[in-house]
Amino acid sequence: MSTQPDLLYTEEEEALRSAVRDLLTDRLDPAGVIARTESDAPHDVSLWKTLTGDMGLAGLLIPEELDGQGATHREAAVVLEELGRAVAPVPYLTSAVVATEALLECGADDLLAGLASATTVAALAVGLHSAPGAAFPAVRLENGLLSGELTGIADAVAADLLLVPADDGGLYAVDASAATVTPQVSFDLTRPLATVTLSGVAAGRRRGDAAPAVRRALRAGAGLLASEQLGLAEWALTETVRYLKERKQFNRSVGGFQALKHRLAQLWLEVVNLRAAARAAADALANGEDADLATAVAQAYAAAVAVRAAEEALQLHAGIGMTWEHPVHLCLKRAKADSIAYGTAGAHRAAVAELVDLRAP
Amino acid sequence: MTDAAELQRRTAQLLADHPPATTGRTEFLEARFDAGLAWVHYPEGLGGLGAPRSLQAVVDAALEAAGAPDNDPRRIGIGLGMAAPTILKYGTDEQKRRFLRPLWTGEEVWCQLFSEPGAGSDLAALGTRAVRADDGDWVVNGQKVWTSSAHVARWAILIARTDPDVPKHAGITYFLCDMTDPGVEVRPLRQITGEAEFNEVFLTEVRIPDARRLGEVGEGWRVAQTTLNNERVAIGGMRLPREGGMIGPVARTWRERPELRTHDLHQRLLKLWVEAEVARLTGERLRQQLASGQPGPEGAGMKLAFARLNQEISGLEVELRGEEGLLYDDWTMRRPELVDFTGRDAGYRYLRSKGNSIEGGTSEVLLNIVAERVLGLPSEPRTDKDVAWKDLAR
Repeated sequence: MSTQPDLLYTEEEEALRSAVRDLLTDRLDPAGVIARTESDAPHDVSLWKTLTGDMGLAGLLIPEELDGQGATHREAAVVLEELGRAVAPVPYLTSAVVATEALLECGADDLLAGLASATTVAALAVGLHSAPGAAFPAVRLENGLLSGELTGIADAVAADLLLVPADDGGLYAVDASAATVTPQVSFDLTRPLATVTLSGVAAGRRRGDAAPAVRRALRAGAGLLASEQLGLAEWALTETVRYLKERKQFNRSVGGFQALKHRLAQLWLEVVNLRAAARAAADALANGEDADLATAVAQAYAAAVAVRAAEEALQLHAGIGMTWEHPVHLCLKRAKADSIAYGTAGAHRAAVAELVDLRAP
Repeated sequence: MTDAAELQRRTAQLLADHPPATTGRTEFLEARFDAGLAWVHYPEGLGGLGAPRSLQAVVDAALEAAGAPDNDPRRIGIGLGMAAPTILKYGTDEQKRRFLRPLWTGEEVWCQLFSEPGAGSDLAALGTRAVRADDGDWVVNGQKVWTSSAHVARWAILIARTDPDVPKHAGITYFLCDMTDPGVEVRPLRQITGEAEFNEVFLTEVRIPDARRLGEVGEGWRVAQTTLNNERVAIGGMRLPREGGMIGPVARTWRERPELRTHDLHQRLLKLWVEAEVARLTGERLRQQLASGQPGPEGAGMKLAFARLNQEISGLEVELRGEEGLLYDDWTMRRPELVDFTGRDAGYRYLRSKGNSIEGGTSEVLLNIVAERVLGLPSEPRTDKDVAWKDLAR
């Protein structure tokens, strides 16, 4: 590694954070998110339109000549921190990061313009659990027609465009209306999964090689997921600290008991570490330097912190934390699902072992 | 205002007047101090130029490139990191002139007479007494412990109780103690590693002139806060390369000795490698924050993180070595001037790192500090707040 990553936030990034946080504070209340998860429309389309249309955030990773913002993964990471804090039900990570990266790798400029302006929401039809570099299923390509079933496709129900790997090694862009998208009952209600079934759908032209496109897309997804996990963990810690200062038992603030103070201080330490790891991954993705390792390190570390933050929040909120009405369950479900998304910590540790030459016996 | 260009000009002048190749080490360091290039943020005449602290890097880089001698900040760390800022803030003009120059050049090594057998984490409970004699001198009696460098130190910063009739924080006074004075006895304290890095210091009828008092009588606790805050700042801020810490030796052992590998150890090693890399990035982030003038509270956590990691990593390495892990490199009692973590065997590192969660504040106390000062959680109940020190249970 030649230089140290830039781990701070620029003034512009902080301004972007404030804008996104203000919007989410105004537009997204936990009760509304919970109600939406029980409806037929789990995604908040109106919020998505504001984020992408008015604020142009879907195009952060897309060059300006394709109507994008020409920004970097560092800015996208800041957006994801805020979306993670709010457990926002919008297809940002899946469309504006993962699908976008796949199309960037393919040089699919015509489609990218649609993603940048968010007239199109896209989903990469690879299971959410897939780690970068892992094998992934493909559908059959016969006589220019695609047939097959792909499962665990995140945010497919919100997608207009599906990016489908086929058994000729190519990546194809399929109009979602030509496919059958069947919602699966998902553990994380705010990032729902679906089965995508293609029954002889016209493939159109081959957009590029699936393997490098999927690999790059999943790497960016994994790297920036760490920022979403950071936002989520930070929310869980902040809310728990706030609650424990107010809540009284045994004639004292619950937050004054040393056993709980130590647990929260420990969690704070882990969140501080996660911030450094997430910033390193975002910076490495932005510069292309050290990105495989920085991403693997962040994902080998992040999931445990986010899950523990959510689990500690639930335990320390005690009875109320166990209820459907308190938003901590949204946070826990997202955190636990995130621990599998784009590869488990174990998969990323195995990647680290290869990258830094610490081989298995 | 002294800017970077001005500092570069002064540094070049210093190097021209005192070429490192032909100038003695101490002479060069004294000239550097007198040129105001020792710590540029200190006042003129006291080794500095009143420049922004961040500009020190400009001077250091130019001097390092020219091969100028360094004052070995590791060896004189307590003086540089703790005594100096405290003397600068609370010292009289005479004290600053007398002490800062030989402190900075390393001619005079300092140690810290704070901890006592009965006052560790609860430092303000200390019992070493300083009583005013008729001639105005202070007469000190008591025992200190865990004193690094006492066996090589010329001077000590000392806190002692001057009024037992008031609550514990109120009756403390801060002194500069001459370690060569009669009544100061330094005894090595042998540790679990076999070596004696620390000392016990016995103070028997030690006379300290009132001119060596730092700050007002009874204000010692407030003065000591400056010392302790600087101690925590001194930890961290270092720029480590990847595998630059304790994880380095164990990773090398793993690569060079495939016959030692097991699947269980592999899982643990990878987890610790990742955690060490993340902790390194956190330290780097803290350093970048300090350099850009936006210090964050992360520093409070760095010591906690490294203590745990050092212990787990070194523990893993002892196991990795298997049969060799049953051996130890050398139990000979030694008195090192410096702690050498990576120069010795895994067994030594394992035992020495046990001190990382104790020295400079136990991890338990630091967790309270994080919880209270960073997270704003309620402070621990204080049963000793309004009680005279002499009436406290001990």
